[in-house]
Amino acid sequence: MPIATTWVLAEAAGGKPLGVTLELLSKARELGGTVEAVTWGGDAATVAPELGKFGATRVLDAGDIGDSLPGVAVAAALAARIGAGEGADVILIPQTYDGRDIAGRLSAKLDRPVLTNVVDLAGGDQPESCHAVFGGSEIVKAKFTEDGPRIFVVRPKSFAATESGGGAPEVVTIEVPDSGATNAAKVVQRHVEERSGPKLDEAPVVVAGGRGLGEAEKYSLIEDLAKLLKAAPGASRAIVDAGWVPYSYQVGQTGKTVKPTVYIACGISGATQHMVGMKGAKNIIAINKDQDAPIFSLADLGIVGDVHKVLPKLIEALQARG
Amino acid sequence: MNVVVCVKQIPDPSTPGQLDPATKTLVRGGKLVIDDSDMYGVEMALQLVDKAGGGEVTLVSMAPNSEVSGLRTGLAMGAAKAILVSDDALVGTDALGTAKVLAAAIKRAEPDLILAATESTDGYTGTTPVQIAELLGLPAITFAKHIEVADGTVKVDRQTEAGYDEVSSPLPVLVTVTAGVVEPRYPSFKGIMAAKGKPVDEVKIADLGIEAGQVGWGGARQEITDIAKAEERKAGEIHVDEGDGAEKVVAYLEKLKVI
Repeated sequence: MPIATTWVLAEAAGGKPLGVTLELLSKARELGGTVEAVTWGGDAATVAPELGKFGATRVLDAGDIGDSLPGVAVAAALAARIGAGEGADVILIPQTYDGRDIAGRLSAKLDRPVLTNVVDLAGGDQPESCHAVFGGSEIVKAKFTEDGPRIFVVRPKSFAATESGGGAPEVVTIEVPDSGATNAAKVVQRHVEERSGPKLDEAPVVVAGGRGLGEAEKYSLIEDLAKLLKAAPGASRAIVDAGWVPYSYQVGQTGKTVKPTVYIACGISGATQHMVGMKGAKNIIAINKDQDAPIFSLADLGIVGDVHKVLPKLIEALQARG
Repeated sequence: MNVVVCVKQIPDPSTPGQLDPATKTLVRGGKLVIDDSDMYGVEMALQLVDKAGGGEVTLVSMAPNSEVSGLRTGLAMGAAKAILVSDDALVGTDALGTAKVLAAAIKRAEPDLILAATESTDGYTGTTPVQIAELLGLPAITFAKHIEVADGTVKVDRQTEAGYDEVSSPLPVLVTVTAGVVEPRYPSFKGIMAAKGKPVDEVKIADLGIEAGQVGWGGARQEITDIAKAEERKAGEIHVDEGDGAEKVVAYLEKLKVI
């Protein structure tokens, strides 16, 4: 049966849909059928016009979920709607912290499998998803073997966001049922970490550091260089695991996917885990002292050299330009 | 306080991964090791039990061929015992099927707290822990950067897009930990020797009341349709730095009009 309805979990922050939300809406239009956006957090009225512009014809709003975690509240609301016979054939969920929680809860509630780490999706009666494995060197394609709801969890930056020219969609409130003990975890306080400079997944230039920096203190070289290039600082998993920088800096499979104009990898050897998160960059510069490092296999410009020598000179040269 | 840590035993990540052309899934043969991501959970559990002044850490794992080498690492770190689910019927099991199996095994240990990594290093589906929580009817707090337990309540700093949230929950609860939440210890020689004698309770899915149809290929309700080489990026210009590396980078950035 053709896809009649697709839901897009329209994650938003600060009254604006996340980039990945618009990407998913754009892809949802290609699948055919009606595109409905699911919102939560109390700003549906603010974000609805933007969601309409990218193809949502209706907004299903779970409303202000208060101090509940979205994983529980949103999954419960959607499961209830599906139970009432008003479900969707395809559910597109962004691979974000909250998106993954919602997907896990919903999957278990509905007893439906999930396909995660989706990087592309082809339409049809049984949509086929693409998954990058082994650092993106191979693409695995997969399908569900039953009809919907089909839960796809999609990595940000997988699709282009394109406007459909749609008008403001109708906003329908959906009920959030009581989830009992599963909803016992409550948000006590929210902290916004002020990161100087652009966001890692939006920055046109990313400067990332890895184990080759030698010690945590040397990460300041990455920050200095990033500042000069108005870039976002990033990191490999190795130095996040080592506690040098927070998890939010991580580029790769378990971190952020970035597609900047320029990616500068400093002291990063290029584990498959890392490459899958940055190989979509338009231009890649790699600085590493090991000339056999896998990162050089995809670098447009590779400098075989010690980051402790190259980076200070680079910083100096950029400072001199003012 | 009793803590269960979900532990995945995976092929050594330092050897290149392979897909089986027939089944189109990861080849999981050879010796398995503990997933590095799970070391953080084991360490966190040991520290929390220590602080609580009593209780024990139980490892729960699902693996083919009665594999225990990864579990031994966790036992050597200090976990008291392990439950291993190993059953031929599990071949091809997806994330939700795995969650069903692990949830049933975890129930046996009656934990106050369940810890898991945010995702495994080999399969990285990343939904299994939350699926387990839902199946057990428990709250879950994911992406923990910091955990404290006091008076039957867990307080977690949870990573968010914007920063982090302080989240609080009564026990029992499932928490997934990010790498770097704590510094895992290396097993000591004494620990390694002691681990050899620690109990590993091996069970089959029938022991857990799970039917074969819920797991394995059939239970997964998804199929791999194709495996193909991705479009390769070509390597570009490589320069050995002779004091001119920085200049090359500057020239390249100029060419791209970034500076």
